[in-house]
Amino acid sequence: MMIRNLTLLLALCCASVQAQEVPSIELKDLGDLTVDTRALVEAAEGPVLFCFWATWCSPCKRELNNYADLYPDWQDETGVEIVAVSIDDPRSMMRVKPYVNSVGWDYKVLLDPNKAFARAMQVNNVPHTFLVNAEGQVVWQHNNYADGDEEELYEELLKLAEE
Amino acid sequence: MRSLLKLAWTLATICPLMMSAQEEPSTGQITGNVQMLFQTYQEDTLIGAQVPPSKTGFNAFGNLIYTRGDFSAGMRYESYLDPILGYPGRFRGSGIGYRYANYSKEHFEVTIGNFYEQFGSGLVLRSYEERNLGIDNAMDGFRLILRPANGVAIKSLVGKQRFDFDSRLINSPGIIRAFDGEINLNDAFERWATAGTRVTLGASFVSRFQEGSTISKDTLVLQLPQNVGCWGYRAQVQKGGFQFMGEYVRKINDPNADNGFTYREGEGILLNAGWSTKGLGINVGFKGVDNMQFRSDRNLQLFDLPVNYIPAITKQHTYNLAATLYPYATVVQGEVGWSAEVFYTIPRKSKLGGKYGTKISFQYATASSLDTTNLSGTDGSVYGYQRNSWSAGEDLYIRDINFDISRKFSKGFKAKYAFFHFDFNTLATPVTTDYKGIVNANVHVVETQVRIKKGHSLRTELQALFTGTDMKEVNGEMKEVKQDKGDWATVLLEYSVSPHWFFSVLDQYNFGNPSVDQRVHYLYGTVGRIEGAHRLSIGYGKRREGIFCIGGVCRAVPASNGFEITFTSSF
Repeated sequence: MMIRNLTLLLALCCASVQAQEVPSIELKDLGDLTVDTRALVEAAEGPVLFCFWATWCSPCKRELNNYADLYPDWQDETGVEIVAVSIDDPRSMMRVKPYVNSVGWDYKVLLDPNKAFARAMQVNNVPHTFLVNAEGQVVWQHNNYADGDEEELYEELLKLAEE
Repeated sequence: MRSLLKLAWTLATICPLMMSAQEEPSTGQITGNVQMLFQTYQEDTLIGAQVPPSKTGFNAFGNLIYTRGDFSAGMRYESYLDPILGYPGRFRGSGIGYRYANYSKEHFEVTIGNFYEQFGSGLVLRSYEERNLGIDNAMDGFRLILRPANGVAIKSLVGKQRFDFDSRLINSPGIIRAFDGEINLNDAFERWATAGTRVTLGASFVSRFQEGSTISKDTLVLQLPQNVGCWGYRAQVQKGGFQFMGEYVRKINDPNADNGFTYREGEGILLNAGWSTKGLGINVGFKGVDNMQFRSDRNLQLFDLPVNYIPAITKQHTYNLAATLYPYATVVQGEVGWSAEVFYTIPRKSKLGGKYGTKISFQYATASSLDTTNLSGTDGSVYGYQRNSWSAGEDLYIRDINFDISRKFSKGFKAKYAFFHFDFNTLATPVTTDYKGIVNANVHVVETQVRIKKGHSLRTELQALFTGTDMKEVNGEMKEVKQDKGDWATVLLEYSVSPHWFFSVLDQYNFGNPSVDQRVHYLYGTVGRIEGAHRLSIGYGKRREGIFCIGGVCRAVPASNGFEITFTSSF
């Protein structure tokens, strides 16, 4: 046990601490297509905003509904693509598509029912939002949502667009 | 076996370091997160709050993931010093509760150590973590995933499951062997590639080995099956706005503590269909499960060592009174239920929709006992009952009717009204000791959100729950008496200063408790600071005894009074 723990500690100490990068995890989208999260970021023309949410999470839905009104302007000004990652488990996974269509979100929606991507992104609880640059690095994140948080996010998006 | 695992672990951890030294200067990336929860306890006889000998509780988790190219390794360090109330009391000490190494290429992926896995909707296998409930049935062993062709995935795993924690991981006695194959016809076959209908088919087989000898029933001495198999078939179809998912599962005889050690086979079916277009979504579901609880230790019950996951037919509510007083969890011995749900957005700029549109949702969900006939004599002792059909049986377990309407009136004001009606069988889901039978409850919620000025907003929730009445003899007279704990009201005020601060006050008042001295206010205040991915909050007050649920799994949390400090961080 001791050897194992020390080895792991050594490995971690030797690794460089740098900006968190989006890992490669395969998820299904609402059309049953397989999407690789890393490939999605690499194919995007601008920054990507990953929003972890669930149908049972009220602040998550408030966040994504508020972004929906602003999204067309954000896309024009910064080229951002919003990807809503649902962590709904088998109990509520099938509610995701009807809900998303009913509220008319124009986001790409991915299903992460056993939290593989959420774990890899170090998500403790939802909502958790990550802004990812064209290199796939996380440049801003926020764990919570209150009305008005989109203003700070918008400033971050503008900064990224200027770079 | 332990020394082999240690060796494999050590090699897997060293290898990337060696590669990094030889091939390129990059030595990989570390990410992590931390979650800490500290509670203090004061005695409060009015609400039944007890003080444990340690007077405080502390749960903490720290995850680290090291990634380099196709390789990753990770661990979670955990502390329960002592566990917070409501958590499994047997969790003790500090140590590593989860560790793994993973190597992933285009056509295969191998994981050693701990991992989480789900086959289909989880009816035959789901290892997962719900940290807030203390549920973690992570596998500990080996997993190999093969992707031999486009759209084809074959998973195989062998391992034990996490059961307990006493300064180290303690696994199940049973061994799990499992296989799953899935094919997406559109990705796998060229002639399906351009089809408008997408079809995914899958099949799974899971086997548990646990040593066992015989059990005695009446005059019978019965052999326990040491190897128990469980299997399932599933299909998923998508065409435009239409979606369908179906799964059928079976399990051979598996005498266990949940089914009273009877030898009846298990069977389950899950069907779900939906249709949606912009502004409208419809979803209907059916679930029938009969003796399908499957654990890696036949002697355990409740939250311990589930191999599979049987989702509840109702949805998880979020408003305090609707979510925590009568939350439904699947009756694992068997139940049949269905649900129908409609989401609709009245278009914006219409007479009814207003400037921003109006969102409406309605759901009806119900679950009942199975339609069965009890067997008599020896058959009764060995098999228990026979199921006559997948129709509903005599006992209603839950009827949940809910409706909500929400509207944004202006840039600075939103409002929502929600209504819930529950007919809740407290014998099937024992959430209270004060009432045995069907509680009828109506819940009304009004939520408003006001933008005070730039970055400042105030959210309020006014909730009221009214239970039904029963005729009871009181002091020689027949009187109407409120069911269970009677009526409740909740007021929540939440003031946010975006993006860093939040303040909230929650008051739950049991104003309609039939017992006058139990008409108590449970007042709780919180202040919190958020800095990107770091969040600190401090709360103080009374927390009532209740049921805390996530994903249809519920745990009873005792009443408490005191401070709570939480800190979460990701990096």
